[in-house]
Amino acid sequence: MAQVLEIRGLHARAGEKEILTGLDLEVGPGEVHAIMGPNGSGKSTLAGVLAGRPGIEVTAGEVRFEGADLLGLSPEVRAREGVFLAFQYPVEIPGVNNNYFLKASLNAVRSHRGQDELDAMDFLALCREKMARVEMPKELLSRPINDGFSGGEKKRNEILQMLLLEPKLSILDETDSGLDIDALRLVSEGVNALRSPERSMLVITHYQRLLDYVVPDFVHVLAEGRIVRSGGKELALELEETGYRSLESQTAATNP
Amino acid sequence: MRATENAHAAYLEAQAEFAVAHEGEPSFLSALRAAGMASFADQGFPSRRREEWRDTNLSKITREPFVRVDGGLTAQVRLDGALGGLGGNDVAFVDGGYREDLSRTAVVPGLSVESLAMARNLEPEWLDGRLGAQVDVKVHPFAALNTAFLDDGAICKLDPGAQVSDPIRFRFAASAEVDRGISHPRVLIEAEAGSRACIVLDFTTLGSAVHLTNCVIEVRVGENAHLQLVTLQRESDAAMHFCTAGVEVARDAHFASHVVTLGGDMVRMDLEVLLAESGADCTMNGLFVASANQHIDHHTRIDHAVPRGTSRQLYKGVLDGKAKGVFRGRVLVRPDAQKTDASQSSPNLLLSRGAEVDAKPQLEIYADDVKCSHGSTIGQLEEDALFYLRTRGLDEDTARDLLTRGFAAEIIDSLPVSELRGPLERQLLARLGEGREGRSGS
Ligand SMILES: Nc1ncnc2c1ncn2[C@@H]1O[C@H](COP(=O)(O)OP(=O)(O)OP(=O)(O)O)[C@@H](O)[C@H]1O
Ligand SMILES: [Mg+2]
Repeated sequence: MAQVLEIRGLHARAGEKEILTGLDLEVGPGEVHAIMGPNGSGKSTLAGVLAGRPGIEVTAGEVRFEGADLLGLSPEVRAREGVFLAFQYPVEIPGVNNNYFLKASLNAVRSHRGQDELDAMDFLALCREKMARVEMPKELLSRPINDGFSGGEKKRNEILQMLLLEPKLSILDETDSGLDIDALRLVSEGVNALRSPERSMLVITHYQRLLDYVVPDFVHVLAEGRIVRSGGKELALELEETGYRSLESQTAATNP
Repeated sequence: MRATENAHAAYLEAQAEFAVAHEGEPSFLSALRAAGMASFADQGFPSRRREEWRDTNLSKITREPFVRVDGGLTAQVRLDGALGGLGGNDVAFVDGGYREDLSRTAVVPGLSVESLAMARNLEPEWLDGRLGAQVDVKVHPFAALNTAFLDDGAICKLDPGAQVSDPIRFRFAASAEVDRGISHPRVLIEAEAGSRACIVLDFTTLGSAVHLTNCVIEVRVGENAHLQLVTLQRESDAAMHFCTAGVEVARDAHFASHVVTLGGDMVRMDLEVLLAESGADCTMNGLFVASANQHIDHHTRIDHAVPRGTSRQLYKGVLDGKAKGVFRGRVLVRPDAQKTDASQSSPNLLLSRGAEVDAKPQLEIYADDVKCSHGSTIGQLEEDALFYLRTRGLDEDTARDLLTRGFAAEIIDSLPVSELRGPLERQLLARLGEGREGRSGS
């Protein structure tokens, strides 16, 4: 069986700046990979490349999703094929009703997968069930998308979308930041509920706490645009102790 | 230049015939018509040298004269049902003429809805002094032309204290069967002290010919009355639509105008509100959506003549294709109008490179203790928002539509008649969709 995600020699730039500088990563079916790394090292840029964010130019390398080229696909086709990005900064969209948006989104994905579209009633029932999982207040459904949502509410809305769309590859970009302790546990339970042999995850985080709940199979450190170290879940604990500084000096020493 | 003069001559001749045909009608009417004709003859169609007409190219109007139609009396028509049924009064006019066969009238205490053709014989003394009071034909050439051909129209009276809960709807359909027909719809609304109502004016086109709708709307909102006026312009792509509206708002009265302009090839609406007595309050919301080669102008003027008036203006434009939009908002605060609170905002959304919008607030403030704010913006759809929606599986067109709808929602959602919201939103998107097909085909 092909890997879910294969990234080879990925170079990407935004504006004048080269941000990803030769990144390699493989994610197998059912695996959870954590990505850690200093601010500005390129984690969100990687997430953006995978989701198809305009303005990031891939200058070299390749990305394959389930064995096929990913970079040639539009963002919406990637989403329908099963790639999901939970944004570090979810976008506020005044004037567009959240409920309407979520239903349109789910139905776009369902019809791509050859499933029937859900009507308003069935959608609402499903949505209520998923919202209960992340204890998202009902009234957030009738508000405009993320408009005036608190930081935590935005993150819950991201996870709600993930639970609805049931992606094969979920990329969570600092979903834990902005969540209170209880919400972090709830959201983690939601994420864990999606874990299965067919679903893989890329979890970008700065903190061990999330990884206590969503226990990763692998941990990678991204620095200066590439993966500089990989290990098991204990690597996260080690980083918590030592920080990235020691690591940077190591890589500087090994890669002059 | 010669073509323009010929155009005037044709209207003068037509009006002379019209006056003969209407001999024997109440003298105040003949006098109004004569004054209208004199003003029009004097001004002609305005040239772009006139400051207020600088952005409006009238060559499509002046190229050849339009001929007055009153298919209203005979045409077999079916009115557009797109906006669905509203309860209460639903009164239809075709080419400005009342059509009893297409109307539904309901008896509501304190409300009278009449056609001008009837009212002018039954109560000339009530009309005299009210017709023509809110729109000055000396400065509005199109209103002058309308008045020169003043014939039928909608009269809506609210007695003191009348509370009308169902919206009162007037439909104005242009038959558009003969090429270059012109009609002059007229509306007179008088809301007496303490009354409350919502009135919907809905302009549509039935046929496919080039036509000109030249409409005048006059409104007086009496002391402490609440009046909501919704003006929907959904005419065809071949329509020229000119509308001159004048509103006077009395002490502690509330007036809210909601203008939605979707149709027309060449469109201009002038809306002037006079806050005549203290404590008067006015909201002016507008949404215009222009695609292909449409040209849509909105000119507003709010006159704070006395202290303690408030005005809120929000005009939003959505422009696609090679459309051009103009918003001119004049706010006049006279020296006496202390404690005025006026705000004006005109955000605009450009969906294509070829589209253009010119939004200019114009504040003239002669009092010192006032609160006035204004701002206009021109922007595109936000890339971040577009990307966000696409990462959730929505294709680019759907995402753009959703964001465009989101932009328009502020106006659509504030319409006082909720039944209008869904259908209008669909028409708005359909218009933009047509524009998009046109684009990808070329
Ligand atoms: N459009 C752009 N033009 C120029 N520089 C950019 C652009 N987008 C991102 N960058 C820069 O690229 C670097 C990587 O940004 P990125 O958001 O990927 O970092 P990150 O690892 O996610 O950081 P954090 O942990 O703070 O979220 C940063 O230095 C950022 O300023
Ligand atoms: Mg980041």
